[in-house]
Amino acid sequence: MQIQESPTTDGNVITNYTINFGPQHPAAHGVLRMVMELDGEVIERIDPHVGLLHRGTEKLIEQKTYLQALPYFDRLDYCSPLCQEHSYVLAIEKLLNLEVPERAQYLRVLFAELTRICNHMLNMGAHVLDVGAFTPNLWIMDLREDCMNFFERASGARMHSAWFRPGGVHQDVPEKLLVDIGDWLDNRFFQLFDDAMSLVIDNRIFKQRNVDIAVVSREDAVAWGFSGPMIRAAGIPWDLRKSQPYDVYDRMEFDIPVGTNSDCYDRFMVRVKEVRESAKIIRQCLRDMPEGPVASEDGKVSPPKRGEMKQSMESLIHHFKLYTEGFHVPEGEVYVATESPKGEFGVYLVSDGTNKPYRCKIRPTAFSHLQAMDMMSKGHMLPDATAILGAIDVVFGECDR
Amino acid sequence: MAVHHSAPKYAANEGVIDALSESISIWVVDAQEKHGEIIFIVQRDAIEDVLRTLRDDHKYQQLMEIAGADYPDRPERFEVVYMLLSLTKNHRIIVKCSTDEATPVPTVTTLWPNAGWLEREVFDMYGVTFAGNKDLRRILTDYGFEGHPFRKDFPMTGYTELRYSEEEKRVVYEPVELPQDMRTFDFLSPWEGSDYVLPGDEKADGAPDVDKPKVTETPADTGAGKQAEENAEEGTDAVPPDMVEVEIERDEKGGGA
Repeated sequence: MQIQESPTTDGNVITNYTINFGPQHPAAHGVLRMVMELDGEVIERIDPHVGLLHRGTEKLIEQKTYLQALPYFDRLDYCSPLCQEHSYVLAIEKLLNLEVPERAQYLRVLFAELTRICNHMLNMGAHVLDVGAFTPNLWIMDLREDCMNFFERASGARMHSAWFRPGGVHQDVPEKLLVDIGDWLDNRFFQLFDDAMSLVIDNRIFKQRNVDIAVVSREDAVAWGFSGPMIRAAGIPWDLRKSQPYDVYDRMEFDIPVGTNSDCYDRFMVRVKEVRESAKIIRQCLRDMPEGPVASEDGKVSPPKRGEMKQSMESLIHHFKLYTEGFHVPEGEVYVATESPKGEFGVYLVSDGTNKPYRCKIRPTAFSHLQAMDMMSKGHMLPDATAILGAIDVVFGECDR
Repeated sequence: MAVHHSAPKYAANEGVIDALSESISIWVVDAQEKHGEIIFIVQRDAIEDVLRTLRDDHKYQQLMEIAGADYPDRPERFEVVYMLLSLTKNHRIIVKCSTDEATPVPTVTTLWPNAGWLEREVFDMYGVTFAGNKDLRRILTDYGFEGHPFRKDFPMTGYTELRYSEEEKRVVYEPVELPQDMRTFDFLSPWEGSDYVLPGDEKADGAPDVDKPKVTETPADTGAGKQAEENAEEGTDAVPPDMVEVEIERDEKGGGA
């Protein structure tokens, strides 16, 4: 499009121009390159180029045993590692038809929700930072740090936990950790979180930057394959934890926050509410969690305890076999999707009956959302692109795999 | 089979195959339910019609994923797998079709706008083309990449590697050079009697006949039998050398304890 005889251009002809947003841009949330066609400051077209962080995870997984492949999932969406593992271990368990002890199911739900809080802390912090506020990010990063410490106490690793295992979790948690999580929710978390949110949610500038930006209709949200907070902000109460419950989510009482206007502000507010619902779920887990084993009793899948392994020949053999050859998974294919903090995170697992996955397709949440970037940003101003991107909550480890 | 796992529970699968087959049966090659997943294998050329029918008449509103898969032994080596989700029926199904390197699959970008990138990914990774997709560029691999990395015959290490060259002041592409061999181990229980030649064994003269298990059940193999038993009965006068030495030692000390 050409603008001719504009009063500001002295009669010169101005054409649209194209700029690169990223791949090294702090508001691109990682390595995203967007080729933007601009008419002045108005976005005409966006062509996102993804794949700069493509590592071939799915191909690597084909070369590893089922257990060895697990840590790759932490490294996909590195902001919510345990939720990625959740999909993968459930897919294996579905193929094996493996029963998971109750305590392990509670622990998984508890830590998946803690991960959700941890993820939202980062995303909301980054989002407000993108639209110009600085302080709230510093405050809620502190809360994220607390979550990290809890993960470390459970698994030994702050980010890449590799703690969910087919059949349960790797190790039981110390009693004190559960007490501390409850204590943290009661005495620390909401004080800081509410304080930080009070700075943004009614803030005039924050609203100006987010309200009515990237409005997506319900029909579009469904057609574009939206999930998670993106579809809920469009007013569709769709949450896999509620509609397709896994582990012990069917015993949890929580609400699904939905938006009314389906703009960036609603997406942000859905996440704010979700954090409260997650806290509710964590409290219920802490209240109801039974004692008992934390890994499947099936010795052909979950390895024996180290103490047993030192005493019993049979355990030693199993320990050795499970950590070299690994377990065999019956032939078949499943698609298992869970509600990760960013949306539907799915694993399509094809087994040929051996100890390695034949094919493991990972359904990233960001792929469908980012694809709609062009549709959502058309007609908005250049600075709105960062708000839209922040509200999508993309992480390129997962998008590019 | 009783369900023991705790994977996501959605609406029951009972009767779904029959209900859906009624309207799409002319295109269906095979329908099965395994591991709690309903899978329709349909004719490639009809994939758009099938998915349109499922979307419009059976309320599978969302296309969540398109996955490719490579089975090099089959005449049509690639599978294109569509995961559908119904928000209103709370149900999931899998629809798939197969193709080869040359034959394009009809695009479904006409049905779902988000199919565009998903098809681009299958094209990028497997080289499956989609007829009608107007923007079938590579998506995940590098600019100027050649080949389709997720094919089973594409090596894990790839063909090129890149580094920043201080002399040329730019990133250069070079053929892959591995300082050590790619570490792939075969852990498939060889000691239970493998039905294949173990890596390295082929170098020995006369590779072992893998179909014939190695056993030591006949006397000729073990040296056991009547003659051996007789020899044992007779005994022998020979004394093991180390025992002799021990006795001498004791004598010097004054005859044992």
